[in-house]
Amino acid sequence: MKQTRIKKIGIHLLLIASVLIISLPVILALIISTQTEAQVLSYPPGLVPGTNMVNNYVSAWNSVNLGRMIINSTIIAFGVIIGKVTMSLLAAFAFTHFEFKGKNVLFGIILVTLLLPVPVRIVALFDVIRSMHWIDTYAGLIIPFWASATSIFILIQRFKTVPSELIDASKMDGCTPMQYFFKVLMPLTKSTIGALVVINFIYIWNQYLWPLMATNSKEMRVVQVGIKMLMSTESTNNWGIIMAGVIITMIPPLLVFIIMQESFMKGFALQSEK
Amino acid sequence: MKQSTFNNKYLPYVLLVPTFFILVVFLFYPAVETFRLSLFKIHPWTGAEKFAGLYNFIKIFTNGDYLRSFVLSAYFAIVVIIAGLFFSLLIAILLNQKIKGMRFYRTFLIWPYALSPAIAGALFNFLFNPANGVLCYFTGFRTWLTDEKTAIIVVIIAAVWKNLGYNIIFYLTALRNVPVSALESASIDGAGPVKRFIYITFAYLSPTTFFLFVMNTIYAYFASFGLIDVLTQGGPAGSTKVLIYYLYKDFFVHSKIGYAAAESLVLFSLVVGVTVLQFRTAGKKVHYQ
Repeated sequence: MKQTRIKKIGIHLLLIASVLIISLPVILALIISTQTEAQVLSYPPGLVPGTNMVNNYVSAWNSVNLGRMIINSTIIAFGVIIGKVTMSLLAAFAFTHFEFKGKNVLFGIILVTLLLPVPVRIVALFDVIRSMHWIDTYAGLIIPFWASATSIFILIQRFKTVPSELIDASKMDGCTPMQYFFKVLMPLTKSTIGALVVINFIYIWNQYLWPLMATNSKEMRVVQVGIKMLMSTESTNNWGIIMAGVIITMIPPLLVFIIMQESFMKGFALQSEK
Repeated sequence: MKQSTFNNKYLPYVLLVPTFFILVVFLFYPAVETFRLSLFKIHPWTGAEKFAGLYNFIKIFTNGDYLRSFVLSAYFAIVVIIAGLFFSLLIAILLNQKIKGMRFYRTFLIWPYALSPAIAGALFNFLFNPANGVLCYFTGFRTWLTDEKTAIIVVIIAAVWKNLGYNIIFYLTALRNVPVSALESASIDGAGPVKRFIYITFAYLSPTTFFLFVMNTIYAYFASFGLIDVLTQGGPAGSTKVLIYYLYKDFFVHSKIGYAAAESLVLFSLVVGVTVLQFRTAGKKVHYQ
């Protein structure tokens, strides 16, 4: 009895230590984001909150137009999510609720796309977007991401668990396929859609390489690229302002992650089953 | 059990049109075009093309810098994968104990997953900056990021840190699915905790370990771009210039389109390699579950 108690305390201590180590970079960023340049530069580094919090956050916000970047990243994330989820729902519906010629071939073609992440085709993708005059537009940052093998697979897994009786009953009631899709299937798929929304929001918000290449103007930059711009705009030692910018940009995905954690875990469980 | 289906000749094709339209324009065409471009010499300004066979491939693979980047990427990926899986499994085992506050611990152990590689780059740039980086101060070593030998270590630490949450989530789920009965019967047969872990738990975890191996390989080769662009820009002296950064520079900065296309195909063959491996071992999953 006593031994298990000691063991439990030991586990708690190890977990607390792990939490502290993992959180340390962000805790330090939070502290630094409140310090003046002089406080940041003190050596040994001062690890107590400083007196310049409001100024730092305001400067970070203004120096690279962070507000505009947050709007851009939000528009892009939702633009991708709406198109991707809609198209994946339709495709998954076709694969699970119909028999048609070439089904396996078409499914195989979708499977192949897993071999083609953006970096592998970036040279020619950039040419395509440029010839469409989509550089520096939302379209160029949103539309190429609408087709997704992973989302289609996750939805197929979900659709397969819907009992056949529901389809049979709907057919008897004279439901058209699309009526069944909207009235029966959609309500049953809500939580899976929720999971897809959360995973994709974080994925798109955190994208870096493609937005860096597909935009030129300050007005079209996204938050992730903004971090680098902030680091080159602010003098190298002005870490207070830089860390304030970093904290601002990490808030949206963190909020989504913490609020929708259960959805998120569910989506991940589905992903590993694929 | 076979699922009931609707009878409709055309509707399924109509439903698939949007997805296939996007796939053709933004995935398959660029992929084929990249393949084609890799066989051409392309003028950086005029865009004039001249067929060159395997010229681009020969050029990159006889270039010492590219070979160095190739080896560096493999080294980087291997260390990130081993360290990442090791620490995340350790933490997942701790999280899997029956203790109070599990949900709280879980949230605060996996949350770096929600952060981007670029943010990880900025944070570690600060922690290791030579002027007053906290970790430079505590290690008594100031040149972590300016020394060719140590910059890659900082990149590795940052990359592992950022992906811990992702790995922990999958290991935790897998650990919960290890049947208690298997562990109990091994215990009756006289297997100690270490033996039980190695022979039973680890065997049940192997499909997840494999899945994570593939995902972490892709992560190390591709997602590391944002991290490196913010943390080191491939420096000092090219010591952190992994393949994806090399490709970006050749294409976007130096306009060497043919080289860049050939370099894309090198990365493509890597993705094909790990994916094939994944599908071949996916069959084995059945035996464990």
